[in-house]
Order: sequence, then C-alpha cells, then structure tokens
Amino acid sequence: MTNSTLRRFGIGLLAWAVAFVIFFPIFWMMLTGFKTEADAIADPSLIFPPTLDSYAEVQQRADYFKFALNSVIVSFGSTILALLIAIPSAYSMAFLPTKRTKGTLLWMLSTKMLPPVGVLVPIYLLFRDTGLLDTRTGLTIVYTLMNLPIVVWMLYTFFKDLPKDILEAGRMDGANTLQEVWHLLLPLTLPGIASTGLLSVILSWNEAFWSLNLTSSQAAPLTAYIASFSSPEGLFWAKLSAASTMAIAPILVFGWLTQKQMVRGLTFGAVK
Amino acid sequence: MKLSRVLPLAGFAVASTFAAHAETLTVATVNNNDMVIMQRLSDAFEQSHPDIDLEWVVLEENVLRQRLTTDIATNGGQFDVMTIGTYEAPIWAERGWLTPLDSLPADYNREDLLKPVIDGLSYNGKPYALPFYAESSMMYYRKDLFQKAGIEMTEQPSWNDVQEWAAKTNDPANDIAGICLRGKPGWGENMAFVSTLVNTYGGRWFDMDWQPQINSKPWQDAVGFYVKLLNDYGPAGASSNGFNENLALFSRGNCAIWVDSTVAAGKLYNPAESKVANEVGFAPAPVAVTPKGSHWLWSWALAIPSSSSAKETAKTFVAWATSQDYIALAGEREGWASAPAGTRESTYSNESYQQAAPFAGFVLNAIRGADPTDSTLEPSPYTGVQYVGIPEFQAIGTRVGQMVAAALTGDQPVKQALDAAQRATERTMTRAGYIEN
Repeated sequence: MTNSTLRRFGIGLLAWAVAFVIFFPIFWMMLTGFKTEADAIADPSLIFPPTLDSYAEVQQRADYFKFALNSVIVSFGSTILALLIAIPSAYSMAFLPTKRTKGTLLWMLSTKMLPPVGVLVPIYLLFRDTGLLDTRTGLTIVYTLMNLPIVVWMLYTFFKDLPKDILEAGRMDGANTLQEVWHLLLPLTLPGIASTGLLSVILSWNEAFWSLNLTSSQAAPLTAYIASFSSPEGLFWAKLSAASTMAIAPILVFGWLTQKQMVRGLTFGAVK
Repeated sequence: MKLSRVLPLAGFAVASTFAAHAETLTVATVNNNDMVIMQRLSDAFEQSHPDIDLEWVVLEENVLRQRLTTDIATNGGQFDVMTIGTYEAPIWAERGWLTPLDSLPADYNREDLLKPVIDGLSYNGKPYALPFYAESSMMYYRKDLFQKAGIEMTEQPSWNDVQEWAAKTNDPANDIAGICLRGKPGWGENMAFVSTLVNTYGGRWFDMDWQPQINSKPWQDAVGFYVKLLNDYGPAGASSNGFNENLALFSRGNCAIWVDSTVAAGKLYNPAESKVANEVGFAPAPVAVTPKGSHWLWSWALAIPSSSSAKETAKTFVAWATSQDYIALAGEREGWASAPAGTRESTYSNESYQQAAPFAGFVLNAIRGADPTDSTLEPSPYTGVQYVGIPEFQAIGTRVGQMVAAALTGDQPVKQALDAAQRATERTMTRAGYIEN
C-alpha cells in the first residue's frame, strides 16, 4: 500500500468516525422510540423486542400532522420572506457599499447576541395588542426577523464573490437593476441562495423558544409538540424519542434530498 | 312557502348557528399521567356539553410554568383554564390574576375536598383553584431486603432508623443502594426533599423578620446528615437523580429505601412498570427532631385566569374535571389505581379504590397530616411545607439547591455551601425589600 493510499484510508476512517459520533445520538433516539419505557431506562442495549407502542401513544395524545403543517408553513414562509428582504439588501451592500455598510452588517449580526428572553415581554405585549399571539403569521414574522441577519450576511458573502464585471457587462448591454438581479445575479449565485434558504428553514424548524412562548393551540409547531413529552414525574424517554424522531423526520429527509445543493452552496466561491 | 317547509329550515339554520358558535376553551395542562388521562377522558365532557370545544396545550412542568406566567402577567388571555400548583395559587390570587371559584354548582360537593388541599389553593378564605390531584411524600422500602437483614419496620420511622437500615441493606456488589433520595438541583427537585428534612430537624427557611436561616444549626445538621447518608449508602451519581431517576432505580430493584412523592406508589405497585411490585412496603416519611413539616403537600389544580373571555364556561369544565363524577369515570375507564388521588374524602371511602390502591391509607394520612400554614418547629412567616410561598422562592430555591448539590458531590464542605447559600439568599431578600441592608 502506498503512502498516499494509506493517507486516504486514514482520512476516510477519520471521516467515518466523526460522522458516527455526530449521528450516534440521532441513531440512539430513533432506537429508543421503538422500546418500551422500561427498556428505555434499562441498561443500554441494542437487542430488545421492538414495539410501536410509543408511536401509537404519541399520536393518540396529540395530532402530529397539525403541528407538522404549522412547522412547514412557518419555516418555509419565514425563509421566503427573509430571502425577499435579504436579496435586495445584500445586493446593495455588496455592489453599492457606503462607508456605513460594514457597521450596518456588524450591527445586524450583533442583534443575534441578545438573549431572546430579554425581549420576550415587549414582543408578547406587541403580539397581544395586534392579535398575533398563537397565529402562524406572527410566528412567521418572528422567525423572519430572527434569521434575517444570518441570511443577509450569507447572501452578502456569496454576492461579494461574484465578479462585478459580469454585472457591469449586463449594464453595458442595457439591463436595468431588476434585470441585472433577475437575469445575472440570481442564476449565478443560485447555489448560495439555495443553501442560505436551506439553513434558514432548518433554523426555523428547530427554533423552540419563540414557538413555545408565542403559540398555544392553533399555531404550535413541532418543537411545542416535543415539549409535551418530557416530564419531571413519570417515565417518558421512549415517548419523547418517538415524538422527536417524528419531528425531525421531515427535515432530515429534506436535508438528505438537498445535501448536494447545500454543500455546493456552502463551498460556493471557496475555490476561485 | 308553506310553514311546514319553513320551520325545519329555520330550525336547521338556528342549529347551525349554535353549532357555529360552540365556545372553545383553551386548556393548558402539565403532562403528568393524571393530566394526560384527563385529556383522554375529556371526550365525555364534550359529548355532554356539545356547545363547548376543548383545545389542549400540554407542556412539561417547567415550560408550562414559564409559559403561563408570561401570559397571565401580561394579561395575554391565551388560556381559559390553567393547571397550576399550590405554590402559584395564592401568589397569583393575591395579584388578582385568577378568578375566585367560590360559586360552584350545587352538586359539586365542596365539603368532600380534603381540607389541607383546598386550603393550600385558597387566598383570604376563597378558593382560586380546584384540586385535580394531590400528593405528599412517604417512604418506600423493599420488604424482602428488610426481612433478609432482620429489620422490622416501625409505625413511625426516624431518620436515625433509616440510616441504620440503609447501612444494613446497602449492597454495592449486587448493585443495591441502601438509600435513594433526590440530588438533582432545583427548587422542585432536591430542595423539595431537603426542605422537609430541614423542617423535621427543627429548621426553617426564614425567621419572622424574613431573615434567611440557611446556615443555622438545624440546616447544618439536616444537610450534613443528607450528604453523609447519600455518600455512604446512596447510588453512584446521586447528585443527578431526580424523581424519575430514583423511580427507575427503585422499580429496577436498585434501592432498598426511597423517600419521595406518594405519586410513585401506583407506579411501584404496578407489575408492568416495576420489577419489585410484590416487594414494595410503605411507611410514613421519617422524622427527626419534630414531625412538623416532615412530609410535603403539593397539588395540581385547575384555575381560571382573570384574562379569560369564557370564565363561566371554563368554570363548568373545571367543576366537571375536579368532581366526584370525574373520579368515578377515570376509575371505571382507566382502572381505579389511575383515578386522581388526594383530593376527595369520597375517593378513599370507595371500596374499588381501596382494593386497587392498598397504599391509599398512607397517602390519605400523609396529606391530612401536612399543614402548609404550620410546617416549622419555630414560627415562620410563610406558607408551604417544601417551598416558601413568595415569588422570589423559585430563584432562591434553585440557587440553594445548587449549593446543596455541590456539598453532595464534595465540591464544597457543607458549612461552606450553606454559608454561600445564606449570603445569596440575603442578597435576594434585600433586593426584593423583605429585609433592610
């Protein structure tokens, strides 16, 4: 075996080991969902009589599909809204910067440093007075605002990597700003926009603080659904695992289906 | 058009209007077993009240507490019925956040409610929540291990007895701990237990001037005893064990003695959930210097926030869910061992319940003997056995719980941990205006 083959084998082995470590908690959660509560708390074992009891009970206690639909609507809704706002702002910051652009970008990012609980009461009161409590519209707005700094930053980075000459060539050919964005910028940076969108969907899907605090029965997404299956009094690991598996299943499948685009987007412009 | 044709149409229109105007109640509950059963049985309520629809928000205890506090403090009006505990009921009632429940249907039989339980949910003599189920604390032990060690259970065990018995039954080689107790930090976790231990050692959280007493002698005796007992005869990693972990340990046969909530009795007695179902013995919570405050009192109850826009309808539901009829329904449909316990005298005189729950007498005595208004040897200004009924207690209890856990793990000596807890509590109480600088 040559040195390079050995090196490749070693790197491959390391990659598998890292992947295994990252995936193991998810694997164990999926496994626990098929155990009885007694097996779930017993000494860890890979061999056990599998049962669907936890899944049945989880579905009996709460309507999974209602929560899942809310998750889909608010995650994708907030992502579309965030992209609609972020694309023009990232375009202007990347191609028409002013002396305040850097400061604005840093300020946007700094809003992510504030613990959400610090603004819970003002937002709750605002939502109460505008009738947005426990509505999908309200949650979509909050998620949009929550993800906007990251979406703008990512798009700004992708747009910055695009040579200005391409857009200038378009302008020379008589394209206006809208045509420039639509026919040149968007197609050329599509992998980046797609990966930004995917990341925004995942972040919204997994968000738990706002969803638990701003919704009750009508707009509650899957994060609120999961929260009802842990308990300080009583055994719950199997039910919680079953509920969590059901909650992450759609986004996991979505992630698998789009992983090529995601990787392509995240490495977009990395090698020029 | 003939009248005979018009009338059915009009009737249909009126019926449709009523159907369209069925009132919706949003019920927020904690996700423990009893509440999940209530959710399951609520179809009976909806059938008997077709004009009322129920929407459920079921959350874990701590998440629910935070969610409800945000809503009720901001007058959010998101919920019509809330599940709250004996800690919140008087505090929220005092602030005008809850609807008084003094006018109940004639057939409600309020006199049947256990007095300590309804008293704990009242403020200025008026009930502000109705109990759904209640619990106290007691001692569980393994009859087989006791017999093997030649131990005879006494009518009222003392903590010295427990120490002796834990030493005799402790068997690390066979993975059996002599004693299991709560160690996980939190005001509702280790401090629920430690507060009762401090009470029975003659201690209290505050004196009559709200001066914290956490580094006083009874606290040092109680916490010193607790730390030594668990370190000598407790399971490995006791500082991360809460109710669930200890329940799992005891039901798997890894504990000889466990002192905790009466709620565990049904689970330990159920062969489907417990490997030691035939070997479980019950006894009152142990005492030390005084029996006062040696066992706690807690109830989950249903309350109606002042911000609800459907108070009368909510009252109908609350009365139904806390009634004798509901208990009978739960007993018949879910089995009598699953009927909500600790709220009504009639439950304990019911033969079916007595047969299904042989521990019922212990639970009833424990609840009757717990007095949240007089739980300390020396006088104290607060109500609550295992907590202090002031809004600041959640933060104080959790902070002190962390210090006690640090003493348990050996990170700090007991005295140093209690001194630190005393200083932290003094700061909080000074900031809150209870004591002056």
